[in-house]
Amino acid sequence: MAAAPESADSSKGGGLIGWIDQRFPLTKMWKEQVAEYYAPKNFNFWYYFGSLALLILVNQLVTGIFLTMNYKPSSAEAFSSVEYIMRDVDWGWLIRYMHSTGASAFFIVVYLHMFRALLYGSHRKPRELIWIFGCLIFLLLMAEGFMGYVLPWGNMSYWGAQVIVSLFGSLPYIGGALVEWIRGDYYIADATLNRVFALHVAALPLALVFLVIAHLMALHEVGSNNPDGIEIHDHKDAKGHPLDGIPFHPYYTVKDMVGVAGFLLLFCGVIFFAPTFGGLFLESPNFEPANALQTPPHIAPVWYFTPFYAMLRAVPSFAGTQVWGVLVMGASIAVLFFVPWLDHSPVRSIRYRGPIYKVMLTIFVLSFVSLGICGLKPPSGIYPTLAKVATILYFAFFLLMPWYTKLDSVKPVPERVTGHA
Amino acid sequence: MLKSWVLISIALFCAGTAVAEEEGGIALQPSGADIKNTESLQRGARNFMNYCSGCHSLKYLRYNRLAADLGIPVAELAGNLMFTSDKPFDTINSAMPKDSEGWFGKQPPDLSLIARARGVDYLYSYMKGFYVDKTRPWGVNNLYLPSAAMPDVLVELHGLQKPVFKNEPDDRGSARMVLVGVDAMTPGALKPEEYDQFVRDIANFLDYAGEPVKEKRQSMGVFVTLFLLVFFVFVYLLKKEYWKDVH
Repeated sequence: MAAAPESADSSKGGGLIGWIDQRFPLTKMWKEQVAEYYAPKNFNFWYYFGSLALLILVNQLVTGIFLTMNYKPSSAEAFSSVEYIMRDVDWGWLIRYMHSTGASAFFIVVYLHMFRALLYGSHRKPRELIWIFGCLIFLLLMAEGFMGYVLPWGNMSYWGAQVIVSLFGSLPYIGGALVEWIRGDYYIADATLNRVFALHVAALPLALVFLVIAHLMALHEVGSNNPDGIEIHDHKDAKGHPLDGIPFHPYYTVKDMVGVAGFLLLFCGVIFFAPTFGGLFLESPNFEPANALQTPPHIAPVWYFTPFYAMLRAVPSFAGTQVWGVLVMGASIAVLFFVPWLDHSPVRSIRYRGPIYKVMLTIFVLSFVSLGICGLKPPSGIYPTLAKVATILYFAFFLLMPWYTKLDSVKPVPERVTGHA
Repeated sequence: MLKSWVLISIALFCAGTAVAEEEGGIALQPSGADIKNTESLQRGARNFMNYCSGCHSLKYLRYNRLAADLGIPVAELAGNLMFTSDKPFDTINSAMPKDSEGWFGKQPPDLSLIARARGVDYLYSYMKGFYVDKTRPWGVNNLYLPSAAMPDVLVELHGLQKPVFKNEPDDRGSARMVLVGVDAMTPGALKPEEYDQFVRDIANFLDYAGEPVKEKRQSMGVFVTLFLLVFFVFVYLLKKEYWKDVH
């Protein structure tokens, strides 16, 4: 067990820090949020992705600012300005690859971070709001990713925007007018690019940062969950510190640095050796400028949207409208918000759950990955059928959860956390 | 438990990338182009300027950047490679006038990013894929780009080629001729191996033009990786040291 830091009141001391502390809760915040924030000592591999997501957020903000200095948000100049960044701006290629690879890395890390919650029940009471803030972050991240993809104004940017924006056109009565309002023109055009740029560089990042702060404040209010899914605050020492907790700093700051180093090895591997990642992170048709007269042979969104795109395509039109696919796609995100109330298991962690949850979670992962593959492929061969089956399984995982989590057997939950990595 | 999850994730990831491979069409010929081969890039630049740049621009590549990256003295550049400008900092434009769309049915595309959009193997294959087709305006068609608008400008080097068909019955069993390749008809000025090298150099040069920083990026990546490996060891040891007192 770690020695607790001195709790003597040094917060109103002398010097510069003391001067600041008398006017601003600097030391107080540092202690409450970092140095004396007690986190469970048994975090494992899955607990790296929160801090990594924060790292990528900072990476996106910083590289984004530098890209904005050289990018021109006009349909006539956008494509050329990106090539200008790649070729003529000092280190522009590195900044751009950090940003484009960062977008994909963000989704990888966030998907794993969300999966962690499903593994250990991190969304369960009293952490429902952390989960909801997280879902909102995910939703905004998708909007941010989509809009960022439009900015280079390549042919896939253009046609991707065309497909996504026209989804709103399937809504009854208001569809047509809504699409026109979103585009600001009768087709995807300069006006569209300008508003996408405004949202991508100002509105959405601002909202994202606020939501991340809310996510962390909610987390630090109730404390972190852990792989055993038990409350460390139930067992405290004489000083009132949790027996199974350790101060976030220095223990998890140094541990997360190991995660950061491991992540950077992979991240830089992609940046320096495979920035397009075989056409998955940067798609080949996007190296041709936007052309309203030439549709790419196969329009596929970037990989992180493909599971949802596959669901959209899997739903057939009915009663003369395609709106059902759009609704299913919306529902696939909306259902995430309800997970804390759908899960009726008496235990949080998968370690103490029975076989049903393990099977269902495996099916869910398989269906999500299958959907991702289907969304990358043209809708022919086995893919349409696979996408339909996977869509049903995706929803089955959530909608049947109240029943199977109740039916499932459970193992006895320990009083104290079991070991640490 | 954790291990099985990690294994599943890795397996799924590999499956995903394997499925992401491209399919369909006639298989491309591997170009064997090597961006590190500066001599090949220099020859490719020469070939491009002599045979391609009349119609195709490289509007995102500057002459002086090309010279610096490929180790060509600026004096040589002006005399041998600069046909559309006398300013080394200019981008490489073609000699085509703006209103020349009618010449070939379409404006010859800029080739700055063609290697990134289509791939080096495609470029290599394309330049080897022309065959005689009397129905086309220029009397040639292309195996890899059906109804290509471009005439076979390299014909003097590789000679005429004829299409090779194979009888492949369709789903209902009716006879159907399918184009499967090309075959030499008349000899060209270059031997087949020499021509392969000629177009390999062009493909290689266009790969360079698509991303001039590519070679620097990769060699820099080696040092970045080495640094991060060392960094990883240090932070890992630091973590172990701090965590000694966590029981």
